[in-house]
Amino acid sequence: MSAEIERALSMGPSAAEEASAAAAAAAGRLTARIAASGLADVGYASVESPFGTLHAAVTSRGLVRLAFPEEHLDTMLERLAGELSPRIVEAPSLLDPLRRELEEYFAGRRRAFELPLDWALIGPFGRRVLRKTAAIPYGGHLSYAEVAAEAGSPRGARAAGNALGSNPIPIVIPCHRVLRSGGKLGGYGGGLDRKRWLLELEGALAPGR
Amino acid sequence: MSGGLPPFQRFLDGNREVVWRFLVSSVGRNEAEDCFQETFIAALRAYPRLRSDSNLRAWVLTIAHRKALDAHRGRARRALPVADPSSVPDPVEPAPAARDDELWEAVHALPARQRSAVVLRYLADLPHREIAVAIGCSEAAARRSLHEGLANLRKVVPA
Repeated sequence: MSAEIERALSMGPSAAEEASAAAAAAAGRLTARIAASGLADVGYASVESPFGTLHAAVTSRGLVRLAFPEEHLDTMLERLAGELSPRIVEAPSLLDPLRRELEEYFAGRRRAFELPLDWALIGPFGRRVLRKTAAIPYGGHLSYAEVAAEAGSPRGARAAGNALGSNPIPIVIPCHRVLRSGGKLGGYGGGLDRKRWLLELEGALAPGR
Repeated sequence: MSGGLPPFQRFLDGNREVVWRFLVSSVGRNEAEDCFQETFIAALRAYPRLRSDSNLRAWVLTIAHRKALDAHRGRARRALPVADPSSVPDPVEPAPAARDDELWEAVHALPARQRSAVVLRYLADLPHREIAVAIGCSEAAARRSLHEGLANLRKVVPA
């Protein structure tokens, strides 16, 4: 009666019947342990915001990525796996500082982010542009040409615009504070409505313009 | 660069259940948790060095197979007679549901390679080729271990 043994084998011992839920619980304990012990190279989690659910990733150096809701989580993770390390786990606790500072920022109670950043995804030219951008104070703005000039760019405003457009940590590195000369909004990776919203929050634009 | 490996979290999501089922069947529910943690911690450490075309499921089951062997060895050590039995933890597992007591005790008592072959085949539903990778032998040897394992179970468990 080998068929019966085989059938019983494929059902597993009774403890395996709850395998799906038990495996998920064990995996949850595992990722918590990995996050707490620093065994992963990248931790990620979702973070709520007025724009919807953002996805954020952090390394031992600091925040490395913040993505708007339209960016598919798996796309973000696959890029991080290729560009940084595939040792990526979900680690909500590692994003607590970001969650706290964003909440204060969106409530109008925070004017500068203090959490450490990891610039690993940003190339040399992008770093010059985005460091100048990061120095623009809350409520202020610069033009693309001004940022390009401050970054010592021989390539001008268009190159600066491209670097700003590929900012991997929007909101926290405030690329929304860079406008066209003459005050037009210019572009924004997260959409112009969000750029306007952020500038209004900071008092750089009159509401409802 | 690690070109093309999925993010570890996705690898864990996709393989946690097969590893869990394999371990519960191989070492029992009580030891499955520790083996599970150790398996994926070891996998995480080695992960960036893997080739992206590796068979990830067979690879992680190879690790789980080794952790299960370690657990069996540990259990055998603990089960040795000692002067004061109350000084060591009780090695006897709580009885699982009656329906499969006999069968799974028999599975646990199989030689290691037969046990893994049987569990990987029926619990994890792996093809012979992947069983061979997981337990580190040829495909023919994997088929043989599976066949012998089933024959041994038939002897012990009257159907």
